[in-house]
Amino acid sequence: MSHFGLLLVFAFLVSTVFAVLLRDDPKAQLRTGAMMFAGFAAAALALAWLMYPLPL
Amino acid sequence: MTTTKSTAAERVRAAAEPGTLVLVCLASWAVPGAGHLWLGRRQKGLVFLVALTTMFVIGLFLDGRIFPFDWSEPLVALAAIADVGLGVPWVIARMASQGAGVVTAVTYEYGNCFLIVSGLLNSLVILDAFDIAQGRK
Repeated sequence: MSHFGLLLVFAFLVSTVFAVLLRDDPKAQLRTGAMMFAGFAAAALALAWLMYPLPL
Repeated sequence: MTTTKSTAAERVRAAAEPGTLVLVCLASWAVPGAGHLWLGRRQKGLVFLVALTTMFVIGLFLDGRIFPFDWSEPLVALAAIADVGLGVPWVIARMASQGAGVVTAVTYEYGNCFLIVSGLLNSLVILDAFDIAQGRK
């Protein structure tokens, strides 16, 4: 699996646990989990894009 | 007068005795989500059980390391404390000699990340179970 694939799996599992911890209503859990997952993925892509020009 | 404990609130009050609190926390540590299942929060308990155990197993498959308690290396010791947070899966992995870690593997750090975060998340789950048992949630 690619690095990005692993990141998505990690983000999915962590956002699932946090959403269920923080919210009691299933709809609210789904909404919070989806937003958190999207935040993880978007932040990773934004950081990758920002670091792309940097030399190794 | 005897009453039937039919609501979640009543079940919570019944579990608020100190001995039961300790047992709920121990169960929650040993098996992710067990505390919530005990307190009648089935949906939450099952999600924690599946998600955290999956994270731990993925971490092992990614060649992550279950860190030893090496107090001369503070970061290693902290990682070991985080790993212990998952309870029985950690014990089973240690007894089965899993989690030796392959430093040269590309996925080594990913594996460590999955293992450490699963333990830390279970620590939050234990605190949540404690709050529920106390009647705070």
